[in-house]
Amino acid sequence: MQKAHNLKEYREELRETLDNDFLRTTLDNFAIAYRAGRANAFKDMDVRGLIKEIADSKDAAAQDAEALYQEFKKNAEAAGIHVHFAKDGDEANRIITKIAKDADCKKIVKSKSMTAEETLLNHDLEDAGLEVTETDLGEWIIQMRHEGPSHMVMPAIHLSRYQVGDLFSEVTGTKQDTDIDKLVKVARRELRQKYVEADMGITGANFAVAETGGIGLVTNEGNARLVSTLPRVHVALMGIDKLLPTLHDALRIIKVLPRNATGQQITSYVTWITGANECLAAEDGKKEIHYVVLDNGRSELIKDPLFSQVNRCVRCGACANVCPVYRLVGGHKMGHIYIGAIGLILTYFFHGKDKAKNLVQNCINCEACKDVCAGGIDLPRLIKEIHARIQDEDGHPLPSMLLGKVLKNRKLFHTLLRTAKWGQKPVAEKDGFIRHLPMIFSKEHSFRALPTIAETPFRDWWQKNRPVVENPKYRVALFSGCVQDFVYPEQMKAAVDVFAANDVAMEFPEQQSCCGLPVQMMGETKASRDVAAQNLRAFEPEAYDYIITLCASCAAHLKHNYPKLVMDKPSLKLRADAFAAKVIDYSSFVNDVLKVKAEGFTKSGEKATYHAPCHLCRGLDVHEAPRELIEKSGMEYVECAEEEVCCGFGGTFSMKFPELSAELLKKKLDNVESTGAGVLLTDCPGCIMQLRGGLKNRGSKVKVKHIAEAMASNRK
Amino acid sequence: MASKEDLYQQFVEKAQLVSAKVSSIANEDDALEYVINLCGEKEACQLLASGCEADLSDKAEALCDAKQKKVIAAPGLKADLYKKLSAQAKKAGFDCIESGMRDHLAGIDIGFTFAEYGIADTGTLMLDCPGEELRLATMVSEFHVCVLPKSKIKANSYAVEKMMLTRMKKTPDYLAFITGASRTADIERVLALGVHGPLELHILILED
Repeated sequence: MQKAHNLKEYREELRETLDNDFLRTTLDNFAIAYRAGRANAFKDMDVRGLIKEIADSKDAAAQDAEALYQEFKKNAEAAGIHVHFAKDGDEANRIITKIAKDADCKKIVKSKSMTAEETLLNHDLEDAGLEVTETDLGEWIIQMRHEGPSHMVMPAIHLSRYQVGDLFSEVTGTKQDTDIDKLVKVARRELRQKYVEADMGITGANFAVAETGGIGLVTNEGNARLVSTLPRVHVALMGIDKLLPTLHDALRIIKVLPRNATGQQITSYVTWITGANECLAAEDGKKEIHYVVLDNGRSELIKDPLFSQVNRCVRCGACANVCPVYRLVGGHKMGHIYIGAIGLILTYFFHGKDKAKNLVQNCINCEACKDVCAGGIDLPRLIKEIHARIQDEDGHPLPSMLLGKVLKNRKLFHTLLRTAKWGQKPVAEKDGFIRHLPMIFSKEHSFRALPTIAETPFRDWWQKNRPVVENPKYRVALFSGCVQDFVYPEQMKAAVDVFAANDVAMEFPEQQSCCGLPVQMMGETKASRDVAAQNLRAFEPEAYDYIITLCASCAAHLKHNYPKLVMDKPSLKLRADAFAAKVIDYSSFVNDVLKVKAEGFTKSGEKATYHAPCHLCRGLDVHEAPRELIEKSGMEYVECAEEEVCCGFGGTFSMKFPELSAELLKKKLDNVESTGAGVLLTDCPGCIMQLRGGLKNRGSKVKVKHIAEAMASNRK
Repeated sequence: MASKEDLYQQFVEKAQLVSAKVSSIANEDDALEYVINLCGEKEACQLLASGCEADLSDKAEALCDAKQKKVIAAPGLKADLYKKLSAQAKKAGFDCIESGMRDHLAGIDIGFTFAEYGIADTGTLMLDCPGEELRLATMVSEFHVCVLPKSKIKANSYAVEKMMLTRMKKTPDYLAFITGASRTADIERVLALGVHGPLELHILILED
C-alpha cells in the first residue's frame, strides 16, 4: 500500500526494496521467463487482432453499461439470484455484511477477488465479528501476514519459501518444511476444514454475462469452485467493468487472459455459474446467491472520453510483468492495491489523489505495458495525464514549471543552452564529459557521466555546411531535437553525410525547438501543447517527402502525440496529421526508403551490439531496420540479451529517480558487456547519453554510437 | 476444417502439456478396469504421501483422520455402469459412492465422471455439473478420472458456445472447463499440482 506523503518518502521506500535481494532475483527471473512463456502461449495466433476485438467489445460494453446491468440483473433474478448495486466500496461492504448477518453466517471462505481487495472487504467483515479465510494460496499467505497483494495474479510473489515455511509453522503450531510441494499440501489440508465449516463463500467474477445473468470465474487452484459450492450462501462481488453482453465476449477474453497473465493457454478451471444452483447444505436444497455489482468511480471513468478505455482492463497483470520499474521494486511499491501500470491509474480513480500522486511519477514511459495490454489500453499516456491532472489541482512543482516556461520560448531556451557552453568550461573535460557534477546534482546522480554541451550546435554548422544536392531523389526536413542539436551535433552531421551521398535534399527549419516530450513527461500539458504548435508552424509538411529525426523519443512524440495535443484546434490538427504522417526515424528511412546496400560500405567486421530504444521498438514498431543497417554498414551484429528492455534513461525520469535509473542501466550494461562487442549502437541520443555515461563510469572500453555515425564512418 | 483424428491428436497433445494423463479405451468396461487398478495402485491417501508426515493443526488433523477406507465416487453414472463399478470396487475392498459427498470432504481417492465435450485447442474438458454431488466428486477427489467420447472433441471454445448457452439458459446451471489438475505457482512461482482440487487428472478417450 502507498503510505508515503511526498516524493522524498516514496523514494525512501523504493530504496528499501532495492536492497531486497530475494525480491530482485525473483522478479528478474520472472520477467525473463514470462516473456518466453507468453510468446510461446501466443504462438501462431493473431494477437493484435484479438486484442483489437477485445478492446472494441469492452468499449461497446462500457458505452452500454447501464443497459447491460439491467439485462444482467433481470436474467439473474429470473434464475433466483439476488442482485445488489453498490455505489462505493463502503456500501458494497455494508451490503455483504448484512447478507451474512441476515443469513446467520459466522464463517466465510473467500476466493481471490481484486474487487474485494479494492473495498478492503475483509476488514469490515471482521469488524462485524465474522471469521474470514482467504483460500487462494497466495492470498491466504498474505492475509496471515496482514499484507496486500504484490501482484494481481501472484499475490505473494514477494515471499520466499522460507518465509512461507515460518508462517505455516506458526499457523499449524508445528515446525514445517520449506519444500514447496509440502507447503502446498499443508495449505490444502488446513484450508479444507475451512471450507467444511464455512456458511458463506465470497468470490469475485471475471465475467458478468448479461445474456445469461450468470458469472464466469477463472482460477487455477479450483478454490472458487469449492467456495461457490460448499457454503450455503454465495456472494460474488464484481465491478461494473465485468459486464459483457454475451458469452462469446467472455470466451474471447479467455483466449487472452491466461496467456497474458501467466503464459498458460487456459487456467485449470473456468467456472460458469447461472442461477441458484443445488446446495445440499441449504434447507431448501438451493443455494442463496447474491451478486454485488460495484461502481466506486467506474461509471465516472467510462464517461470520460480519454479514460473510458480503462474499462477494457481484464486484470491479467501483464502490465506489471513487463514493467522495468515493477521488476525493480515489486508490487508493494508499484501500486496501492492494484499494482503495475493499470494500478497507478486505478489508484487515482478508486483510492484518490493522495495515494496516487507519488506513484504516477514512477513511470519511465517505456511503453512496455501498452505493448502487452490485453485490452490495448494506452497506459503510459493515461498515467501522464493523471500526473498532469494532479499537478493542475495541487499546483505545479517549480522545476517542471520553469522547464515549461523555458521550452515555450525557443530563443530563450537556445540562448540558455549556448550560455551553458560557457558556464561548463571549468568542469568540462576534453573527452566530452563533465568532470565534476555541478552542485545542482546530488551524489546519487553520479552513476553516469554527463556530456558537455557541444562547441558548435548543429544549427550553426548547418548554416555554413549544408550540402547542395543536384537532382534529388527525395526532399526531406531534418528534426534534430535539442540533444542532437546542442550536445551531439556529430550524429546529425553523420546523417547529413549519408543522405547527401544518396541524393537526398535536406532542409533544417530554423524555428524548430525541443519536441516537448520532457515537459509532457513532467505533467506540463499546457507547455507541451505550445511547443507542439511552435514546431508544427516551423515545418511545412507538404514541402517534404519525409520529416526525419534521429531521436526515437522525438519521433514517437511527433508522430503519435502531436495530433492528440492539438486536437482542439481544427486547422492545426490537419497540419499535425500531415506532419505526423511524414515523420520517420533514421533507420527506417535509410534501410526501407533509401534501401542502402552493403556494397556502399567498407566491411570492417567489427563486432557491434544493439540497444533498442523504447520509443523505436515499441513506440514506432521498428525492429529489423536498425539491425539490418548494422550488418550493411560492414559490422558484425551480435545480439544482446534483453535488447528491447529500457536502458533507464526515460528523460526526466532519471533525474527524478536516479537510484532506479542506475539499476536499470546496470542491468543493461551487464548484458552489453557480456556480448563481447566493442561497439554498442542505438538510435536515440537520450539512450546514448545514458549508456555512454554509464560505460564511462565503469571504465569500459565499449564505444557507444548512433547508427548514423557507424554508417558515415564506414561509407566508401 | 480439421478432421476428427486431427482434433483428437491436438486434444491429447494440449492435455498432456498441462500434465493430464491421457489414455485410449475401447469401451466403458475398460474405463472401470482403469479406475479399479488406479485406485489399487495409489497411496492409501495421497495427502499422506505429500504432507501427512508434517504435523498439522488439530482441526485439520482431525478431518484427515476421518477417512479410513479408499473411496471411489461416481455420481451421475448410468445405473448399469455404476452397478458394475460398485461390484468391482467392493471386490477390491474399496467404498463406492454416488451420493453423500459431503460426508467425505477430507478427500475421496477417485472421482469418476464423463465429460460432455472436449476442447481441442486447449486440451480442456467441459463438464456440466448442476448437481452438487457430481461437482464435489470432481473437486475433493485426489485423482479425477474422466471419460471423454472421441466424437465429442470440438475444435475450440467457440464451437461449444451454443451448447453452453442452451444449458445456461435452462437454469440453474453450474458448468466447468477443466484443464489439467488443480495447480498453483503462488510460492516462488514453482508449479505445484493439487492445491485444492485433484492432484492428478486422468482422461480416458473412448473410441466411439
